[in-house]
Amino acid sequence: MPLMLTAGHRKFWAGALHLAVLAVFVVLLAFPFYWMLIATFKQNIDLYNTDNNPFIFNLKPTLDHLKLLLFETGYVRWLGNTALVGAIVVFITLVLALPAAYALARLTGRWGQRIGIAIFLTYLVPPTLLFIPLSRVVAVLGLQDTIWSLVLVYPSFTVPFSIWLLMGFFKSIPSELEDAAMVDGLTHFQAFYKLVVPISTSGILTVVIFTFTLVTQEFVYALTFISPESQQMVGVGIPIFLVRGDVYFWGSLMAACLITSLPIALLYNTFLDRFIAGFTVGAIK
Amino acid sequence: MAVENRRLGAAMFLPAVAYIVLLIGAPFVLAVMYAFSDARIGTVGFHFVGLENFRSILQSPSFRAALRNSVVFTIGAQVIVIVCSTILSIALEKPFRGRGFVRFLILLPWVVPISLGAIGWKWILDSIYSVITWVLVWLHIFKPYNAPMWLGEPHLAMASVILVHSWRLIPFSTVIMLAGLTAIPKDIPEAAAIDGAGFWRKLFQIDVPMMLPIISVAVLFGTIFTFTDMTVVYILTAGGPFDSTQVLPSLAFATGIQGSDLAAGAAISLFLVPVLALIAYFMLRAAYRAEVA
Repeated sequence: MPLMLTAGHRKFWAGALHLAVLAVFVVLLAFPFYWMLIATFKQNIDLYNTDNNPFIFNLKPTLDHLKLLLFETGYVRWLGNTALVGAIVVFITLVLALPAAYALARLTGRWGQRIGIAIFLTYLVPPTLLFIPLSRVVAVLGLQDTIWSLVLVYPSFTVPFSIWLLMGFFKSIPSELEDAAMVDGLTHFQAFYKLVVPISTSGILTVVIFTFTLVTQEFVYALTFISPESQQMVGVGIPIFLVRGDVYFWGSLMAACLITSLPIALLYNTFLDRFIAGFTVGAIK
Repeated sequence: MAVENRRLGAAMFLPAVAYIVLLIGAPFVLAVMYAFSDARIGTVGFHFVGLENFRSILQSPSFRAALRNSVVFTIGAQVIVIVCSTILSIALEKPFRGRGFVRFLILLPWVVPISLGAIGWKWILDSIYSVITWVLVWLHIFKPYNAPMWLGEPHLAMASVILVHSWRLIPFSTVIMLAGLTAIPKDIPEAAAIDGAGFWRKLFQIDVPMMLPIISVAVLFGTIFTFTDMTVVYILTAGGPFDSTQVLPSLAFATGIQGSDLAAGAAISLFLVPVLALIAYFMLRAAYRAEVA
């Protein structure tokens, strides 16, 4: 008798396949974070014994790695550096990108969109092309080995993308709003900062989160411009300076990765859809 | 009024443009000048030396290895990323319970700093304590003493950096494709289902062709992010063993910054430009089409 698949069977197998695909991808993509979690709390003699099953705690969990990380390494200092650079870069980005995006969305007509695309394309010029000349610029300006080198350079990639995101945002605001304000006697620029900026909180918030996460994720410039341990950002400090000579402190290293990553991931996840919209403009109607 | 608007407009966007020109345009010009010069770390001036840098890097075996590896790294990662993210985006499109949480887990590799994700993999691929090795030994596929050194053997090291980079990019491509999938008009797949097209036929004759524009967006960005990246390679292997995973950006760093030879480093990084220009061309074409349509 030939094998007959009824509609019910087919539905069952489609569901099973769907579940299997999701399960495989979740395991492959999220496994390293589970692995960081395990290593964070494992005692060294458990961690470094290949006879033990590595997936479980063979000995009692410990807080030693966290203590070492927080009290005996530069980690807390690096967090502070990163937060400071992030805050200043966010400020510079908003000051430059808000007016520029508004101008390109509203005031410059057909050319606005084209200039916007040109600006967006500069976001694609990678750090690995510019870090060599910039390392000398930074040295000539006397900013080498300080976080100010990053404060200067990071807006060069946060501003283009933010302009692009905000242009889309401003276009979605009806222009009758400013027209009415200008009839009431405000100049166009006053209408922009008294009316448009205050109602753009969600667009601004997207730029703030996006800029801040980009600052935490950057690696090449931070690695190139800064050598002293005390001036590091988390993204470089953890992988480079938690290694002494050839000795990796894996427990503390994984703890640092995990507790740095999770807040960034949560923030980014909340704003992801708007961020992706920036990449897909034009391809999706 | 129009003139006034244009003046105000220019005043509002020129500061941002000036910043971009000074920190992207000017360094780019400098990079080109350095490539034809003898600039080194520790000095300020430089002299032009013509094509000397290009002549010497083209003869260097490290450079040839890096060029070849960059192509393998980029194409290898793109193929894996596109196949996986097409499958994953189709699986994620259907609503199901807990989709928000599953999406969060799947996105982790993209949203956390790549240097931290890479160091996590360095632990997973460790020469002695690798969990993958442990499982293979436990399954009796390898003996403990002849287990593979994931980052210590040329081909395995290359496969490792490609897979780790793909791991990082799959979530990014997946969400781009999800955005594209949601934009596909629902009546066409439904009509196909009524006409009796099965799952596979519907997939290859309707879904994938309709996804092509968005797949190309994912490929363009993915190619840039892969071809110009040095973080994964730098952290996992630093280009080794024996330059077997050295790519153009990591070689530019090793030569220009660690080796103090700014000129040669700049010349190496200029080899990124043709690919970037090609991708910019395709993006402009897509943007132009969107404007005309």
